[in-house]
Amino acid sequence: MISLLKAFLVGGILCVIGQILIDKTKLTSGRILVIYVCAGCILGALGIYKPLKEFGGAGATVPLTGFGYLLAEGVMKEVDSSGFWGIFTGGLKAASGGITAAVVFAFLVALVTNPKEK
Amino acid sequence: MDTSNRAKQEYDQMVKKASPNSPIFTNCVKAFFSGGLICGFGQLLLDYFSKTNSEDDAALMLSVTLIAISAVLTGFGLYEKMGKQCGAGTIVPITGFANSVVSPAIEFKKEGLIFGTGAKMFILAGPVIVYGTLTSMIVGIIYYFIGR
Repeated sequence: MISLLKAFLVGGILCVIGQILIDKTKLTSGRILVIYVCAGCILGALGIYKPLKEFGGAGATVPLTGFGYLLAEGVMKEVDSSGFWGIFTGGLKAASGGITAAVVFAFLVALVTNPKEK
Repeated sequence: MDTSNRAKQEYDQMVKKASPNSPIFTNCVKAFFSGGLICGFGQLLLDYFSKTNSEDDAALMLSVTLIAISAVLTGFGLYEKMGKQCGAGTIVPITGFANSVVSPAIEFKKEGLIFGTGAKMFILAGPVIVYGTLTSMIVGIIYYFIGR
């Protein structure tokens, strides 16, 4: 139950930051997503995101910063285990599940639905 | 006249600052609750998956499940409706990323499955993957040469 509240709190705050960025800077949602992934990746590399993840659980991994964190963790792990060439594989390897799921489900849903007439 | 005018201006500014109904404040509250709810729901799923799986597997299952739910909601046009109310609360979570893939995949279906759906599904996710990959590459290089 506590973990639920923590996730709610951390996830909510991360979304509020995004909302402030949208309202104050007129950044489009696509740019917000890019900023979030890069920010998560950098914070992950600096070791700042991990404690946030340990505190907030899904509240830190569900927002797109968590995706960036995954990229950073993945590339560092892969460099540890396979050296230099891990730089090329680690990031996307860690993100592969999410990207594949998005592509597959997007394709399936697009197959069975039709765009709305506007 | 001059002073009363200035007083009025100052008062207006005070009201502007203190008013809880400024659109940014309302938007932030909505984003907080909707984003918090999505993450709370994610935590429920994560706790459930973690019972019988390793931490990494549970995290993957969570992402895949949320993406699938978001894809179905987008298919029915419900995610967009939520998005109008929730703003960043539905953009920032991974469900928003999924929505950014599914939505153009459907919309550009009329341009064909290859160059419509196949190409345009990355119209927003593409930049995310490109800059995510670039950043992770830089992180990897720095980590390889100095970090270890």
